[in-house]
Amino acid sequence: MVIGEGKPLQDVLAMVSQNKKIIVAGCRGCVTVCCAGGEKEVGVLSAALNLARQKDDNPIEIHEVTLERQCDTEYLEQVRSFIDEYEAVVSIACGAGVQFMAEMYRKIPIYPGINTNFIGVTEQQGVWAERCQACGNCKLHFTGGICPVTRCAKRLMNGPCGGSTQGKCEVDPETTCGWQLIYDVLKEQGRLDKLEHIIPVSDWSTSRDGGPRRIVREDLKL
Amino acid sequence: MTSDSRLEKILEEGHFAVTSECGPPRGVGPEVIQKKGEILKGVVDSVNVTDNQTSVVRMSSWSAGVLLKQMGINPVYQMVTRDRNRIAIQSDILGAASLGINTILCLSGDHQKFGDHEAAANVYDLDSIHLIQTVKLMRDDKKFLGGDELKGEPRMFIGAAANPFADPFEFRVVRLAKKINAGAQFIQTQCIFNIERFKKWMEMVRDRGLHEKAHILGGVTPLKSIGMAKYIKNMVPGMDVPDELIERIKGVEKEKRAEEGIKICIETIQQVREIEGVHGVHIMAIEWEEMVPRIADEAGLLPRPAAQ
Repeated sequence: MVIGEGKPLQDVLAMVSQNKKIIVAGCRGCVTVCCAGGEKEVGVLSAALNLARQKDDNPIEIHEVTLERQCDTEYLEQVRSFIDEYEAVVSIACGAGVQFMAEMYRKIPIYPGINTNFIGVTEQQGVWAERCQACGNCKLHFTGGICPVTRCAKRLMNGPCGGSTQGKCEVDPETTCGWQLIYDVLKEQGRLDKLEHIIPVSDWSTSRDGGPRRIVREDLKL
Repeated sequence: MTSDSRLEKILEEGHFAVTSECGPPRGVGPEVIQKKGEILKGVVDSVNVTDNQTSVVRMSSWSAGVLLKQMGINPVYQMVTRDRNRIAIQSDILGAASLGINTILCLSGDHQKFGDHEAAANVYDLDSIHLIQTVKLMRDDKKFLGGDELKGEPRMFIGAAANPFADPFEFRVVRLAKKINAGAQFIQTQCIFNIERFKKWMEMVRDRGLHEKAHILGGVTPLKSIGMAKYIKNMVPGMDVPDELIERIKGVEKEKRAEEGIKICIETIQQVREIEGVHGVHIMAIEWEEMVPRIADEAGLLPRPAAQ
């Protein structure tokens, strides 16, 4: 899922400093699961904004709403009936949700209330970690199900760099070396021979480098 | 011969090669490089010019290499894949070749986290193995990575690095094999402080016959002080400084510790030279280039042969 985390309150306060009536809009998708932008966080952020503005003797009216998803127009439609009564929206959906709302409602600013960090997993309660960079050209079958593009700080394709020490990455001793993980799993599976082959130069055109990406499925279009 | 590299000639003639390195300055003055060049000229066969090492911005390695070239020194052009995509890499290789650079060391490079521009984007369009393949493709097939033909060819003697002290240890020789299969003709290793581990690694190298496919140069670094030894041991990832070595330096009076470091370095060179399959040494005297002539002399590496 998409993992995000709340922006510092001061940053959000600065965004809405000129506004008196805003919507804080959450999303029941990924950001609910990672506790960054769901109904609960809508309540917490709205309360914090209210409190801060009251303290400054500059109250703000907040409409709290949490949509099923902000990456689908049918759910974004649900704010149409009241959005015109407000001066701005703070969306705490992922970056895709914020942008899709901004595309649909162009008359007022849509501000991001969270930072969108990565595509990842819940390693344990309260701990999320990145697993995919959406390069558009999956190579996990070569690398024991562990992604070198994501798990190696240098996205090396052919084994660990000289900075891999006792299983840790040179960038941060708290981070496991992705290539050590790849080595370990292939060793366990008796497939170390896979690492003898050179993984060729990557085609990054399927990645961010190729420009904004789009998938069209003619079989599904209405 | 694949190039006009002095290093290639020395190695192909069967001499025990000696290389050293110098880091370009953090400024525009050529005199820093020229001064280091004066110290190293005639003492070593080739001088590596580092490419923004530890991700600290410095004069570009090809330009500092040209300054050395003008002094009659054979520069080893270090190139990392951290800062350039395949377009810039191939362009720089053409440019370097046009200026007479004929020896290249292909590296992935230190992560930018270590340097003075932590907020920089890293590129890593290619990894070091891809870089080796790219230089070889340009030289031998006269082609760009994109498939088009290039005019003439960059006649580069191709090198790569190996770190026998990083992990996973058993994979280190596999990675070396990949580099040699990709086209690396010479290998410079990370600094050897743990000679036993290096010997074990070389055994694995010989088991695969890799010492016959590429020239391996063992890396050595003189330790100036206990502080430096401890810093390398604890702060530089992928380095292995055994406690006995630190104890040995500790065992002498403070003012004689640098001397002891030089002595250890010379002994290491002599030990490395005895190992089957090692064809040279790479002396990395970090900001201590003035010691290289003495180390080379006392290790019995002088005079350097004139390459035919």
